[in-house]
Amino acid sequence: MSELVKKSVGELQGLMVSGACSSRDVVSALAARIEAVDPLVKAYVEVNVEDALAQADAADRRRAAGEKGALLGIPVAIKDLLNVKGQSCRCASKLLEGYVSPYDATCVAKLREAGAVLFGRVNMDEFAMGASTENSALAVTRNPWDLDRVPGGSSGGSAAAVAADSAVVSLGSDTGGSVRQPAAFCGCVGLKPGYGRVSRFGLTAFASSLDQVGVLSKSVADAASTLQVIAGHDARDTTSARVAVPDFGAALTGEVKGMRIGLAEEFFGVGVDPEVEAAVRAAVDHLVSLGAEVVPVSFPHLKYAVPAYYIIAPAEASANLARFDGVRYGARRDAEDPVELMRRTREAGFGPEVKRRILLGTYVLSSGYYDAYYVKALKARALIQRDFGTVFAQCDVLATPVAPTAAFRIGEEVDDPLTMYKGDICTIPTNLAGGSGLSVPCGFTSGGLPVGLQLLAPAFDEVSLLRAGHAFESTTEWHTRKPVIEGARA
Amino acid sequence: MNTPDTDHIDVRYVAKLARIDLDEAEVTALQSQLDEVLAFVHQLDELDFEGVEPLSHPHPLENVFREDVVEASLEHEEMIRNAPGAVQQLVRVPQMIE
Amino acid sequence: MSISASKLVPTIGLETHVQLNTNTKIWCGCAVRSDAPPNTLVCPVCLGYPGSLPVLNREAVRKTVMTGLLLGCEIAQVSKHDRKSYFYPDMPKNYQITQYDQPLCLGGGIEIEVNGVKRFIRINRIHLEEDVGKSTHLRGASGIDYNRAGTPLMEIVTEPDLHNEDEAFAYLTALKRILQYGGVSDCNLEEGNIRCDINVSVAEAGADVLGVKAEIKNMNTFRGVHRALAYEVRRQIKAVGAGERLVQETRRWDDEQGVTRSMRTKEDAHDYRYFPDPDLARIRLTEAEIEGWRAELPELPAKRQARFVEEYGLSDYDAGVLVADKGIADYFEAAAGKNPKAAANWVMTEVMRVLSESDLEIGDFPVPTAGLSALIALVDKGTLNSTKAKEVFAVMLKEGGDPAKIVEARGMAQVSDTGAIEGFVNEVIDENGKVVDDYRSGKESALQFLMGQVMKKSRGKANPPMVLDLLKQKLAKP
Repeated sequence: MSELVKKSVGELQGLMVSGACSSRDVVSALAARIEAVDPLVKAYVEVNVEDALAQADAADRRRAAGEKGALLGIPVAIKDLLNVKGQSCRCASKLLEGYVSPYDATCVAKLREAGAVLFGRVNMDEFAMGASTENSALAVTRNPWDLDRVPGGSSGGSAAAVAADSAVVSLGSDTGGSVRQPAAFCGCVGLKPGYGRVSRFGLTAFASSLDQVGVLSKSVADAASTLQVIAGHDARDTTSARVAVPDFGAALTGEVKGMRIGLAEEFFGVGVDPEVEAAVRAAVDHLVSLGAEVVPVSFPHLKYAVPAYYIIAPAEASANLARFDGVRYGARRDAEDPVELMRRTREAGFGPEVKRRILLGTYVLSSGYYDAYYVKALKARALIQRDFGTVFAQCDVLATPVAPTAAFRIGEEVDDPLTMYKGDICTIPTNLAGGSGLSVPCGFTSGGLPVGLQLLAPAFDEVSLLRAGHAFESTTEWHTRKPVIEGARA
Repeated sequence: MNTPDTDHIDVRYVAKLARIDLDEAEVTALQSQLDEVLAFVHQLDELDFEGVEPLSHPHPLENVFREDVVEASLEHEEMIRNAPGAVQQLVRVPQMIE
Repeated sequence: MSISASKLVPTIGLETHVQLNTNTKIWCGCAVRSDAPPNTLVCPVCLGYPGSLPVLNREAVRKTVMTGLLLGCEIAQVSKHDRKSYFYPDMPKNYQITQYDQPLCLGGGIEIEVNGVKRFIRINRIHLEEDVGKSTHLRGASGIDYNRAGTPLMEIVTEPDLHNEDEAFAYLTALKRILQYGGVSDCNLEEGNIRCDINVSVAEAGADVLGVKAEIKNMNTFRGVHRALAYEVRRQIKAVGAGERLVQETRRWDDEQGVTRSMRTKEDAHDYRYFPDPDLARIRLTEAEIEGWRAELPELPAKRQARFVEEYGLSDYDAGVLVADKGIADYFEAAAGKNPKAAANWVMTEVMRVLSESDLEIGDFPVPTAGLSALIALVDKGTLNSTKAKEVFAVMLKEGGDPAKIVEARGMAQVSDTGAIEGFVNEVIDENGKVVDDYRSGKESALQFLMGQVMKKSRGKANPPMVLDLLKQKLAKP
């Protein structure tokens, strides 16, 4: 195995700048690594080495011409729901088989412009609906730390690839924790920026008012440099925020003296595994040892986050996914009339979890139930946003577990959707409120599974998250540990 | 505000609205799963919503417009290649009934 | 229980969909055009491709608000867009982005006149939404062109204020005129720029409750609306009169057979699952912005009519005829020149006759306004008499060209040479001794005959006032 695949974005950039390696070398090393481990991990759903090498060569030429940039020549793996011109974009669904995207998502276009190499599409729960990546029609991705366990989801492929060193950095999307939870399960860094920070144009919508593109990486610094490239206002996304993009790298001072870390006991009272709780509390203690102070806060409406989310997200999804009907693109099932065509196409094309959520969302919006479910959920959402307002009046970041448990076994929760939904309790609130969140490795269970610390901040204060996360990371060793993938070729 | 007295979802009706065919086994499974989820979300009924406005968007924006300026459309080929059925530059579907 | 058919009266409301004439679609930069090959004015947004997002066209908002101002609506300070879910292959996202409970414009109305009776038809609301693609029926299949998908569409909804087909027709005509004046739509009915859904029910006069309504969908000619309503009202009155129980239904107008037919009931009940579109921002219009647009409003027909009377000295009736169609009024104003009364006459007779006899729209009228002005000037100068002027006009219509050149090339100029005319007059007096005597014995009408004879000899080219003068002069001498 080439040592290159273990490197972070920052390290690789240094090597390329010094001339120690080229982008082509990095892509070649990754291609070899994918060949070695991906048959076991199954993080990728599409890999085009030739195309990546061509992009790498172009990046190397740009560098030779004097260009510089944090992501120049760096391969980035893309979650299967982001549009990349000329590539498939199946959203891990049977339904989108055959679709070839005619355009780049805005974040993808920004990566191209920065000279990044778009290398490989990674697996996910179908249409981002799930927390285990088991709901993929294309493959079951495995957790590199324990191949019998899930990598989390929905950005499970993004996290597993980074953890398995078959990707340097990857893009995911986070609607209710889909970046942070797989990052925690796989022992990598997961950043969900504030809603509106990164354009959603080209991100296949699951729940429009909750979706946000995020980054999975080997270090907080990599998350910061990648966010720097993809962030910013986009005229093609009405909900894109018109706020200045700060210098995220400048946040990485290692300094947390005087930073107020909120601790809300409600987040530990939701059936959190004692080992997970211990790791998270120890992480907070560690931040205190670095000079931060702990502020006890409360989050009274936490228990209503999951119910509100599982009304709002399916409601929006039921309309967002209506377009997948086999008429203009995708895998059509023919029939005698168009209605039948759509019904059969959707029956055959959607997996069980997607059907569940579409039906749930259709139901809560249907005549007679709108007020009882949808409007109530929106009001609960307002209360949750209010809780955050109160919390952030008292502290800079809120520290919580990412998920109540470490990675669970494949198949363990697949027939029990409600239990799986409840596992999203710590990550969902910030999506409902439009805030930002970060997951950083903070320990391991006795069984050797990674545990993540979640830090939450107001919408556009990713800087605080990155500062705290980086200070934590640079004084701990958790993120440096690597999984041993049994059976992988050397 | 009207509160449904039951959490029993009419799976077949909803599936029809959502244009998804379901087989018997799916209907049975979905019935219990969705009923369970609906019972769970009824926790929201405990809340006091007095004076609370529904929040449909985390950061509500106003007046986001584009100017009325023509931009390039897709090449026809690029669009029709994606269509699972095509005839005479049109996307082909079975005969529509009005 | 049967009800006496004679006591039944219809109640009618119209929902009119008007395509706005913006450059681009409502959510994307694809051009709005009807002449492009199928599926060439499309992009990921208007095709509902995964990941695409809508961004609202400001001009579509402006034109809708302008329409609201022209119709006296109240402009909503805050309005928003909602998703309306239903599946149809020509609707790319399988939801239509429309406005549910907060439309841009509320209230207002249009005054109509039928058989000299004026009535005010109230508007309920105007909202801004998107059009769908166009389906073509092929053998055993349908083909869809998405060029039209995403064209901005205003839906103008009346209160159920209309009483009969004539009022509906008058309402649509008046609405079209206002839309044309506002410049907000091309109003081309053949292109489907204006499409209409009719709601109609019948009930006993004075009843508190409306009858069971039928909705007649997708009418695209005003004449069709008139005929469909006449038929449907008759049908309902007959049915209710016979004690039949009507069901609320959607019907389709069969123009060839001249009947409405029940459309096969859709499988699903309508349950549109409206909710606010999370991809779009609310619209908040400031008072200043609305007032700015109000200041840009074009002159409306009534005001223009008054101005034509004042400025051009036209009769109120003539001014009314001219302003009825904005294109005609514009044509008249451009041709008015030094003799607006003559221009008005030409427009109301020759121009409008030609338009009514052909499929031409005034915008495509072959005689340019400058040509008509020049022609009128030739008459005023005495170069042409009115009969010859009409001939020249006919040539201009058919072949184009400058009137002065046509007159010259064809030798159509009026003969005003006293010598030549005197010759014709002398001949006529010589040849018509009896008529001359009649005139001299007091029969005034004989003069007309003699005049005609002189014109005939000159082949229409003699200057009539000169002929008359000479005749009178000669006949006065014994």
